Amino acid sequence: MPRVPILCFGSTLIATVQEDLYDRDALELQEALFAELQRSGARGVLLDVSVVETVDSYLGRVLRDIALGSRLLGAHTVVVGIQPAVAVTLVELGLELQGVRTALNPEKGLQLLERAYRTERQRGVPGGR
Amino acid sequence: MGCPVVAELQLPITGESDIVAARQAAREAAKRLGFGMVDQSRIATAVSELTRNVVRYATDGRGRVVIRELLEPSRKPGIEIVVADDGPGIADVTEAMREGVTSGSGLGMGLPGTRRLMDEMEIDSAPGHGTTVSIRKWQR
Repeated sequence: MPRVPILCFGSTLIATVQEDLYDRDALELQEALFAELQRSGARGVLLDVSVVETVDSYLGRVLRDIALGSRLLGAHTVVVGIQPAVAVTLVELGLELQGVRTALNPEKGLQLLERAYRTERQRGVPGGR
Repeated sequence: MGCPVVAELQLPITGESDIVAARQAAREAAKRLGFGMVDQSRIATAVSELTRNVVRYATDGRGRVVIRELLEPSRKPGIEIVVADDGPGIADVTEAMREGVTSGSGLGMGLPGTRRLMDEMEIDSAPGHGTTVSIRKWQR
């Protein structure tokens, strides 16, 4: 059983991190998301980290890699629910989550994704398959 | 330091799962000492960075963590964490502390990032003699 279940709703994959992840779990999540993006043709990933109490440089890097890799697979990523204490720590640690879009909560994250899907439709970018 | 130690917890580092065990133990100790959420996060993250260095770079990824809850009558409570290994050691500690310097596969924010999360940090290391990093944080 993967430690982070991935659900598919419409064009969006939703992954909720539910516990303190080992390094290999984080990597497994990244690989599972990429595989699921390819399989489903989903156009967005919503990554909920609201119960995650510790984001160190490793997990931060994996979040960034998920966002960058998803983009290569034609999908947007939004990380939602970063705790205020985690935000302070990441800033002091000096970790830049380049290319990672964030939102306060899942609802706002979904709105962000919907807007990205709409923009692509208007521009005529073929979304998914 | 000469501070009275109220509680001391020793944990071995033998692999990746001990990174999580060590940072959770440090967070629990910080919570017991009355540190707030932000400091708990800083402390747990610093411990995570240091123990990962051991798992990645020390010989066989082995080392040890000691978590001490410090109480001194003249000041507020503090926490001290010592992460030690018998690995290859750091040849130039000053260089390792410089911003933007990473070693190995470039994992981790290196030692400067960890230093910023804590109040005090000391590194004792020499080639062939392992590395001992001590970090401390005091309640404000």
